[in-house]
Amino acid sequence: MAAILEARHLRKEYPKVIAVDDVSFEVAEGICFGLLGPNGAGKTTTVEIIEGVTPATTGEVFYCGSPADSRFREEAGIQFQNTALQDHISVLETLEMFQALYHRHADLDHIIDECSLRELLERDNRKLSGGQRQRLLLAVALVNKPRIVFLDEPTTGLDPQARRNFWDLVNRIREDGTTIILTTHYMDEAQVLCDEIAIMDAGEIIASGNPTDLLHRQYSNAIIELPLADVRGKLSINHKVLETQGLIEIATDDVNAVLQQLSQQATGLNRLRIRQPNLEDLFLDLTGHSLRA
Amino acid sequence: MFKRIYAIFRARNLEFLRDRGTLSWNIVLPIALMLGLSFIFSGDRPQYTVGILQQEAEIDLNAHPFLQTRYIEFVAIADEASGLRKVARHQLDLLVSYASPPRYWVNPDSPKGYFAELALLQAETTAQIMKSSIEGEAVRYVDWVLPGILAMNMMFSCLFGVGYVVVRYRKNGFLKRLRATPLRAIEFVIAQVASRLVLILGITVFVYAGTAWFLDTRMDGSYLALFAVALLGCITLISLGLLVAARVTSEELAGGLLNLATWPMMMLSGVWYSLESTSDWLRQFANVFPLTHILAAARSIMLDGSSLADVAPQLLVLALMSAVFLSIAAGIFRWRAN
Repeated sequence: MAAILEARHLRKEYPKVIAVDDVSFEVAEGICFGLLGPNGAGKTTTVEIIEGVTPATTGEVFYCGSPADSRFREEAGIQFQNTALQDHISVLETLEMFQALYHRHADLDHIIDECSLRELLERDNRKLSGGQRQRLLLAVALVNKPRIVFLDEPTTGLDPQARRNFWDLVNRIREDGTTIILTTHYMDEAQVLCDEIAIMDAGEIIASGNPTDLLHRQYSNAIIELPLADVRGKLSINHKVLETQGLIEIATDDVNAVLQQLSQQATGLNRLRIRQPNLEDLFLDLTGHSLRA
Repeated sequence: MFKRIYAIFRARNLEFLRDRGTLSWNIVLPIALMLGLSFIFSGDRPQYTVGILQQEAEIDLNAHPFLQTRYIEFVAIADEASGLRKVARHQLDLLVSYASPPRYWVNPDSPKGYFAELALLQAETTAQIMKSSIEGEAVRYVDWVLPGILAMNMMFSCLFGVGYVVVRYRKNGFLKRLRATPLRAIEFVIAQVASRLVLILGITVFVYAGTAWFLDTRMDGSYLALFAVALLGCITLISLGLLVAARVTSEELAGGLLNLATWPMMMLSGVWYSLESTSDWLRQFANVFPLTHILAAARSIMLDGSSLADVAPQLLVLALMSAVFLSIAAGIFRWRAN
């Protein structure tokens, strides 16, 4: 599929730090592309350069094969990480105002229903809950019927139920054929939503591709977790063993063999858990530090 | 372009009109000030004021016993025309010239002028002093101060209503969000100017009409000319607000800068008292403030009946100031906080 967006050698320098260091990637039309990494990795700076609100020190952004210009601004929808809206203005008035700034118009009724805002139309922006506010900001990003939507940490601060509702909403938008660029530090979110990801750390992309392929490429095994307290003395097992946050993690492609060895060296296996490696494990392996760091 | 400007204009108007506290303050403050001042200055002042026309040679106080009369304030008047205008408006009870031949001017409709004249004639028994009459209605302090209060309200509303709000929009990320749309800086600036202009002119007209009806204030000139001065004055003050807010990202700093711009204007532009009795350098310095020119033009129209052509110099200065402030503001405008 043709690339709708291409970032070439983006670099952003501040006086004492290089926030983005030679970042390049392509995004095919119609997919959900995730830019992952811990806080401070350079994700937001990268997407803000692409969105045109932060100038790059060097590098170029191409939209549909041409340098991103006014057409990109007209066809892109953006939800920033932190955006205040005007006080004393209702949800409907906010949507109408933003829609009037574009030539392209989406069906407002459809967006209102899609984002579950019907009951909130007359409510003052100041009186929205966190989840309602995020839905409104997403609706604002959709008023111009965008071909590409940027969502910067859209579920930060939401409760688990609101996060899952938001994921459903994002999935529906993608099903309509809209390209989504998602930045997040939640690996579960990226695994649920993204077709392609790029993992960033310290301003650089350290891995990219399809999440499943990336995990298969890195791991051909399962991970066994057991609380450290349940292990007698030093564990002697012929597999990679990692101690993290009170747990022992053993990566293995022979679960039966490890379970046999563990049964002899652990006080019990009642709290043992077997799981597949995830993006968080991948990030830990690639960088040597946790995503939450 | 106009659709985008109108969208921002409308949203800003709704935000302002629904903020009941701010709206009430913009209406109540000038009315309360006018009523308070009209009450305070409703009684006669305790002393008479007599203007003495300045002449080349120093006036010998001993040769003119009238100048030693108690309870009369003597003020030096450099220009005869200005002195006569003050007598006509009852701002001076009497104007006296000790040049040769000595003469005085009095307003026959002024009760205080009558008593000041009696005092003069009783004191100056030896000199033949020629009498002239000047007619005209009194200018009360409320008539004089009304343009000042209206302009002061305009100034605070334009500077804080635009400058402070733009800084708040920038700090909370709303400007950044607008930046991500096809809206251009000039469209945003025009929408802010238009929004504040309509609201403040509406409020000013409402307050002026109410005050004029309630206090029967003086209006010798054309309402259209006065409206033109208010319109251009508003644009200048809004432009100044945008200039202050063009790059600032802190509300505290913006507040400080706006206070720095407004307080000297309030004290030195002639809102509360005339600058005529102040020093030359202070009067020259006051010309750097737009409020000085707004007030000079408005008072000239309201109290002297001047036409638009008469106040063209002030309007030209205001237009120039607006162009400079807006150009710089648009040139250095910053959408985001860092």
